[in-house]
Amino acid sequence: NMLEESGPEWLSEEVKTGTTIIAIEYNGGVVLGSDSRVSAGASVVNRVMNKLSPLHDKIYCALSGSAADAQTIAEIVNYQLDVHSAEIGEDPQVRSAATLVKNISYKYKEELSAHLIVAGWDRREGGQVFATLNGLLTRQPFAVGGSGSSYVYGFVDAEYRKGMTKEECQKFVVNTLTLAMSRDGSSGGVAYIVSIDEHSTEEKVILGNKLPTFYDQ
Amino acid sequence: MATLSVCRPPVGGFSFENCKRNAVLENEVSKLGCNLPAARKTGTTICGVVFKDGIVLGADTRATEGMVVADKNCSKIHYISPNIYCCGAGTAADTEMTTQIISSNLELHSLSTGRLPRVATANRMLKQMLFRYQGYIGAALVLGGVDCMGPHLYSIYPHGSTDKLPYVTMGSGSLAAMAVFEDRYKPDMEEEEAKQLVRDAIAAGIFNDLGSGSNVDLCVIMKGKVDYLRPHDEANKKGVRTGEYKYKRGTTGVLSKTVTPLDLDVVEETVQTMDTS
Repeated sequence: NMLEESGPEWLSEEVKTGTTIIAIEYNGGVVLGSDSRVSAGASVVNRVMNKLSPLHDKIYCALSGSAADAQTIAEIVNYQLDVHSAEIGEDPQVRSAATLVKNISYKYKEELSAHLIVAGWDRREGGQVFATLNGLLTRQPFAVGGSGSSYVYGFVDAEYRKGMTKEECQKFVVNTLTLAMSRDGSSGGVAYIVSIDEHSTEEKVILGNKLPTFYDQ
Repeated sequence: MATLSVCRPPVGGFSFENCKRNAVLENEVSKLGCNLPAARKTGTTICGVVFKDGIVLGADTRATEGMVVADKNCSKIHYISPNIYCCGAGTAADTEMTTQIISSNLELHSLSTGRLPRVATANRMLKQMLFRYQGYIGAALVLGGVDCMGPHLYSIYPHGSTDKLPYVTMGSGSLAAMAVFEDRYKPDMEEEEAKQLVRDAIAAGIFNDLGSGSNVDLCVIMKGKVDYLRPHDEANKKGVRTGEYKYKRGTTGVLSKTVTPLDLDVVEETVQTMDTS
């Protein structure tokens, strides 16, 4: 039958951010990184999406999984943190932001399919990274997530050292993203890096041709 | 044996009772051997582009019901507010009603704030509604407009995710249209260049996708001005018949003719006036 049903399946398929996301803490701040590919079935619908979403001035979250679920959670928590920080009269703690994300992820864990990594800097504990997969809340020195993360667990476990500087962390993040993007079909595009410390929040984009090259390139 | 049943507290969120009912109905009907009527889809090509002074939105004009074209010239560019328009792909009824609901709410919101509505507001309202219905409302939209912060273009997916980009395409013909955009898009184009690019992108969808066809509609939105060009390009004009195919009187020979007048009497005559004031 030459005539297929009008409309490809990806039109009705959910839009996913088949992704690689990573966050790492150093003494004085955090570095977050993500790729930029959004897919619906086999089609890439956005090749430049910034998956590092601000929850507050010094708290960001990295999105993965279903695009709609992840975007909605990030926007809801952004709103809740605005209210919370107005109520306490100061900048919120990273743990508070992570708890708000965890509460939504846990309560609706059957309905949602998104994983957010929350990372940021606050005055009390400095740089912190929290994983909220499936509704747990755990602080980690670094966290990776998304479909591309499976390909780089070995790399991050081998290469991570305690006490890295900010520049070493940024390099670590870029290398991890590059390796994951080249092996995972659902990750790709450009690399977004966000570095948060006491003094500033710096957003950077690294275009595809400026990423580091490894063995097979 | 009596069982204790605890009264369930009301659960928040969307109630899927009607969806269960629809599934049962569909089962019953298929047991009788017939199908429920298919929802009319706009197997579509829609797209939008940001140019120097504003936004150009484009759409084809074919609406399909299964494999049959239900409407050869339907309008897929919907009004949201004087400075914001929205193209819709997916289920025709869903895109029509969703855009009308948000247009109405946005007008009330605009009266309340006393300001021209912003595209980001329309985007939030649409994505929150579509997320609430968890993708069951099959509306894939391209939302574009010009507000006090400049021109903005969003693509909105049925499950409620949105992307803010300088050029977007949606619908079954979106891959064909995106190919044209990826080749020829430049930032800060002039109006004529942008209109030609959008027209070509929609034409790529019309001629290479079975679900899209007929004409190209354009909507150019600039600060303080909207050009709704329908049709902008009649890419598929109905052909003119080259010959007369009627049989002339006398082609078929008449062998015999019988005329029987019917004897009808007027029994009752009533006049009912309609109040058409």
